[in-house]
Amino acid sequence: MLEARYRTARALPLARTALPEGQRSGILIQPAVAEGRFSLRVRDPAAAAGGLPLDRPINTLAGDDRCWIARLGPDEWLIGTAEAEADHRAAAVAADLAGRAHALVDVSHRNVGIDVSGARAAVALNAGCPLDLGEAAFPAGSATRTLLGKAEIVLIRRPGDAPRYRVECWRSFATYVHGFLTEAALGAGPEGRVRPQ
Amino acid sequence: MAQPFRLSRGGRIDRTRPIRFTFNGRDVHGFQGDTVASALLAEGRHLVGRSFKYHRPRGILSHGSDEPSALLSVDRGPGRIDPNNRASVVEARDGLKTRSQNHWPSLEHDIGAVNDLLSPVFVAGFYYKTFMWPRKFWDKVYEPFIRAAAGLGKAPTEADPDRYANRHAHCDVLVVGAGPAGLAAALAAARTGKRVILADEQAEPGGALLHETRAEIDGRPASDWLAATLADLDARENVILLSRTTVFGYYNHNHVAMAERVTDHLPNASGTAPRERLWQVRAAEVVLAGGSHERPLVFADNDRPGILLAESVRVFVNRYGVAPGRRIVFATSGASAYTAALDAKAAGLHVALVDLRPEADCGPELRQLRAAGVEVLTGHTVIGSKGAKRVTGLLVAPVGSDGRCGGHRLLPCDCVGMSGGWTPAVHLFSQSRGKLVYDAELDAFVPGTSAQAERSAGSAKGTYDLAACLGEGYAAGAAAAGSAERRAFTATPTATGFLPVRAMPTDANPTKIRAFVDFQNDVTAKDIKLAVREGFHSIEHVKRYTTTGMATDQGKTSNMNALGIVAGQLDKALPGVGTTTFRPPYTPVTFGALVGPARHALFDPIRTTPIHGWAEAHGALFENVALWRRAWYFPKPGEDMHAAVARECAAVREGVGIFDASTLGKIEIVGPDAAEFMNRLYINPWLKLEPGRCRYGLMLKEDGYILDDGVVARVAPDCFHVTTTTGGAARVLAHMEDYLQTEWPDLQVFLTSTTEQWAVIALQGPKARAVIAPLVEGIDLSPEAFPHMAMRTGTICGVPIRLFRVSFTGELGFEINVPADQARAVWEAVYAAGEPYGITPYGTETMHVLRAEKGYIIVGQETDGTVTPDDVGLAGMIAKAKKDFVGKRSLSRPDVVAAGRKQLVGLVTEDPKRVLDEGAQIVADTDQPIPMTMLGHVTSSYWSPNCGRSIAMALVADGRALQGSTLHVTTPEGFISVTVVDPVFLDPKGERINA
Repeated sequence: MLEARYRTARALPLARTALPEGQRSGILIQPAVAEGRFSLRVRDPAAAAGGLPLDRPINTLAGDDRCWIARLGPDEWLIGTAEAEADHRAAAVAADLAGRAHALVDVSHRNVGIDVSGARAAVALNAGCPLDLGEAAFPAGSATRTLLGKAEIVLIRRPGDAPRYRVECWRSFATYVHGFLTEAALGAGPEGRVRPQ
Repeated sequence: MAQPFRLSRGGRIDRTRPIRFTFNGRDVHGFQGDTVASALLAEGRHLVGRSFKYHRPRGILSHGSDEPSALLSVDRGPGRIDPNNRASVVEARDGLKTRSQNHWPSLEHDIGAVNDLLSPVFVAGFYYKTFMWPRKFWDKVYEPFIRAAAGLGKAPTEADPDRYANRHAHCDVLVVGAGPAGLAAALAAARTGKRVILADEQAEPGGALLHETRAEIDGRPASDWLAATLADLDARENVILLSRTTVFGYYNHNHVAMAERVTDHLPNASGTAPRERLWQVRAAEVVLAGGSHERPLVFADNDRPGILLAESVRVFVNRYGVAPGRRIVFATSGASAYTAALDAKAAGLHVALVDLRPEADCGPELRQLRAAGVEVLTGHTVIGSKGAKRVTGLLVAPVGSDGRCGGHRLLPCDCVGMSGGWTPAVHLFSQSRGKLVYDAELDAFVPGTSAQAERSAGSAKGTYDLAACLGEGYAAGAAAAGSAERRAFTATPTATGFLPVRAMPTDANPTKIRAFVDFQNDVTAKDIKLAVREGFHSIEHVKRYTTTGMATDQGKTSNMNALGIVAGQLDKALPGVGTTTFRPPYTPVTFGALVGPARHALFDPIRTTPIHGWAEAHGALFENVALWRRAWYFPKPGEDMHAAVARECAAVREGVGIFDASTLGKIEIVGPDAAEFMNRLYINPWLKLEPGRCRYGLMLKEDGYILDDGVVARVAPDCFHVTTTTGGAARVLAHMEDYLQTEWPDLQVFLTSTTEQWAVIALQGPKARAVIAPLVEGIDLSPEAFPHMAMRTGTICGVPIRLFRVSFTGELGFEINVPADQARAVWEAVYAAGEPYGITPYGTETMHVLRAEKGYIIVGQETDGTVTPDDVGLAGMIAKAKKDFVGKRSLSRPDVVAAGRKQLVGLVTEDPKRVLDEGAQIVADTDQPIPMTMLGHVTSSYWSPNCGRSIAMALVADGRALQGSTLHVTTPEGFISVTVVDPVFLDPKGERINA
């Protein structure tokens, strides 16, 4: 009952509605539903924990939309899961790492997710993110901590050919980050003015 | 007749699309493709402004972004007025309202022109010489006068309604300039498949090819080659071609800034497109192909309207189908003006040409022009011009090899095209910190050693021949893309070469004439010579003394002439004088482009807590704390701040108050060495703190001064829940990570910020327990089971919590740490449960008063980065047994242990109603001579409703020894007397907190 309450009835800081401009600009900005998230820190990792690989290169993403793990540093991962399986997955990760010095901290409420997709999604992100988001530098399955304007974010590019990005920021920055992306989509101009790289 | 100077054919304008705008309220007609300058010239208007200093009539000098004179105010609608737009850059379109500047009452009749008559007064260094004395006149008289007279144009007063965008981009090759060299470079780079960005400042890419009517490239007209090349580039997926995009800044690591003008040229910009877009490009390689600038000739009255640069005359004729005059005299010291003369002649205009070079030094261009039936006077100088608001004639004279001038001859004309040769645009190369070298053959500074991954090509490098530009551009583009491909181009030979001339020979007294070098800042050859005579021998000094090259055009047309005159005066070779440094921006950039979207709600992130909406709905006023917006106080109708805070303070002491403490920084410290890590960072001991217990922790920097504080709970043997101050959260986490990663990498500890995972609902007051008791499950709230400074986990309303029994008020208190997304629901449930007890929401102001009543410090208020634990009376917290902790050694520094340090005390005023000013200074004796010995200052000061009087905290030298004595505190009205007391004003025994 306790977990049930924690995992339901979450009042998210952003409304779920996507912006109508998205269709025209080719940039769809969609705040994510409530999800589970965990910050995993371990220096001497096993190859995997809780069914999630820990041996992938830094700045890569593994898993699927329902449960993903992004390696952000040599000893740091961000895990995202569907709300319903969050506790189960965390317990499984912790069980597999028992005996190793590690920290698995629940940050489900700290993080807010915003999905950015569409042919020109990278254009909106590049309004505030200085990274090279071209196919060679940031292909599908990439993940990194970076900046969007004046906010720190984690940027993930989901698997697949179509550009689908997840922006993760802290809760109190969500209004700014969402506003920034919305403004970026408006300022990107009509579709096709500048070809995607 | 509309557009009397529009040629009947030719040009790249679209004659099927007429446009109309206004200049000084009068209609101007033009065509799509015109600039404001070309449309004004088509109307026969040359006088478009008054000069900066002398208010001399000025016209249009050039056709491009180097224009120094034709600066207009452009009005694109409400809130959209910009001063100092170059008429040669602004694209003409329907609905624009343009106005001339720097005159009163009108452009034609300008009172300020009296400055022209007074010009002997306004010599170089006029301000420095005139406003030196008397000293006291500076603030009241001179500075306001100079400020009013300085500057050009009027700054807009309304908020800018436009949108400005920002975009970061990466590419393999960035090509600057889409003239022949840049296009060839982009083509070569694009063929390798690498990512290419080609940026050009003009409305149309093509550069000099846009006004090339006679040259052929690879056997076809240059305009056909241009169209085919653009089509080729446009069809390539790996190329971004940006027109109307000025590359203005070249920074480290090939970080290049560009301003794209997106909508200014559109009469009805629809949708959400921005006005401008700032591009920040990180390029692996850069090709600089920004072209070159033509030099004016320096002769008496060379600034009259109707006197243009020769190539600009050619541009207006060929590209815009406009005759800048019907009777044109070209004055030159080089070959390129002959091509302009040929084109003007071909357009049916009356043309003559005067060349300073002797007949023998001229190339094939001379024969070609004479063959076209044009009178050419070689070996002739220009003595001066005639006319007032428009040139009416050019006074020329033969000049011998000894420099003597022969008999004058007046060539009547309504337009002059002058050319003193060419200067490569090395601005961006210089910005990149590349080293310029002087090329005597070219009489120009050209790119030398590169400092970054870039290369120059074309006339930006001093290569003026068309075929050579194309070949050089192609090679540069290929090399930048890592290809060895080369391509030879065939093209009609370009007339190149010129005789460097600084000031035209004259038989007039050089101190009596005004021959302008810098047209925008009204600097004459005479001014520069005077500066040199007065001892300014460095070009950097001459520049600042005379202001030559310091206007918005940054001396694009004037620099080489100024340098040459200085070198001539000093009898030095040109490179010996050096050159001034080129700094960004290349051309003026709007503030909007630089600011981008960072304004209003996007100026800075405004961080709000999950409770923010509830506080808004309950009438809270807010204050900014770092990036957070926190509820300040909750006034009821009719209450001012004083009344609201008094009510809130009383409620907490007598009943129960509810406070949003979510902004407190929180760090989860986990790992087998967590306690050891804590022990090393804080002054307190941690090893023996039991799980479930809390401790107030104090943290120092290495210098022994207080960095931050906060309550820490031990959640488990290997897990601490640390809290920090609101503003210190990021700083403390960085401090911890720094030590962990660099000093103690052996410690098995991990830090995770949980500031935003947990919202914190503080419930303070004697009735706090009663309010939450029915809602909490799994925790025994009795004082025995759950004492002060303990932490328990359980649930409230079914939501898992970490419940702290802590107090920042001195009352019984709980801080409910609840997952953020459930905080609002829990808050509302607690508030509802508290209503029978008169629960009162309170804000940060009341929080401050309540803690001050108890003498609790706030880091950043009682401390300022120079305060030790002992200074604020917290030395007792230092764990004596600990061998070391961060800052420990510094606590034994001589100045830290010396007597006389400022110590925290309480102050009470003689008049209990008088509230001191925070920051007010404190002295012992008000009769001492000034400057007085200041003992310290007030750090916190409030009206305390619970004490029924004002209270204050202060840092006072040896303050603890002064208890009971009287000191004096500054106020705006004078000193008032205070008594030094213990800083705990309420419940000194702390009985309430343990209730």
